[in-house]
Amino acid sequence: MIVTADWYMTLAAVLFLVGAAGLLLRNNALVMFMSVELMLNAVNLTFVAAARAHGDIGGQMAVLFVLVVAAAEVAVGLAIIVSIFRSRQTASVDDLSELSG
Amino acid sequence: MVELVVFILMGVVALGGAIAVVLARNPVYGAMGLMATLFALAVFYVVHLAHFVAAVQVIVYAGAVITLFLFVIMFVGVDRAERLTEKLAIQRPAALVALVGLVVLAGFLVVTDRFDWVITSGEAAEVRGTVEEIGANLISSDSAAGPRASRWLLPFEATSLLLVVAAVGAISLAFYRPRRKDRQDTAGGDPGQEQRSK
Repeated sequence: MIVTADWYMTLAAVLFLVGAAGLLLRNNALVMFMSVELMLNAVNLTFVAAARAHGDIGGQMAVLFVLVVAAAEVAVGLAIIVSIFRSRQTASVDDLSELSG
Repeated sequence: MVELVVFILMGVVALGGAIAVVLARNPVYGAMGLMATLFALAVFYVVHLAHFVAAVQVIVYAGAVITLFLFVIMFVGVDRAERLTEKLAIQRPAALVALVGLVVLAGFLVVTDRFDWVITSGEAAEVRGTVEEIGANLISSDSAAGPRASRWLLPFEATSLLLVVAAVGAISLAFYRPRRKDRQDTAGGDPGQEQRSK
C-alpha cells in the first residue's frame, strides 16, 4: 500500500480540527496558544507534503517562514500572557472580557 | 511498506499528542503532548526528504518553543483550576456547531475531489531539502546556484525585521509596570512588584 500525499493532507486536516477544537473549547490562554501552534503545524505538514508531490522546494521554504513567524508570535504572545498574569493573577481569557484595562 | 508503518506509528503519536493538548487538565501534560506531535511531524518531514526543516522543527519548536511554554506554565502556576463553564452560555453550543461545520466542510472538499491538485500525474521531481538547497534559495550570490539563487531573499529579510520587532516588543512588555494609581485599582497585585519598584 502506497502512502500518497492525500493521506498526509487528511492527517493534517484532522490535526487542524483538533487544534481548532482546543481554541474554541478551552479558556486557559496558554492552552489556547498551544492549540494555535497545533494548527500552524498542521498547515506546515500540508506544505511539506505538497512540496514532495509537486517536486517544488517552495513548500519547504514556506514552512521555514511559518516557523519564524510562529517563533516571533510565541515570544510576544507569552510576554503578553505573563504581563496580564502580573496585573490580574489569571490566565483565563474569560476574566479579561471587560475592556477596562 | 516502510512508509506505511512510519505513517501509522507517527500518525498515532501526532494525533494522541494533539488530543492531549486539548483534553489535558494540567497544561504541563498538554505541553508534553504538543512536543510529541512536533516530533512526529519532524519524522514526517524526514520522510518527505525535508531534512533541514526537520532539524529546525526539532531545535526551534520541540526545543525552544516548548521550553518557553513550560517556563510560562510554571510561572503562571499549574495548580490553578480552570473553570469549566463559559461566561457566555451560547459559546459552547456555538463552538460545537462551528466544529461540526468545519468537519462537514472538510469532508465535502475531500469527497468532491477538491484536493486533486495535490496529486499530480506521474512522478514529480525529487526535491531534497538539504542545507545547501535551502541556503541557495534564501541567499546566494553564487552563479552556480542558477535561477534558484536568492529566490526567497525578500521574505528572508522581512523575517529578520519581524524578529527584531518581536524581540523589542517582548522586552518592552517585560519592562512595563502599571502606574501607581492603576495599581490600587487592580485587585491583589503582585506584592513583589511594590518592592521592586521602590
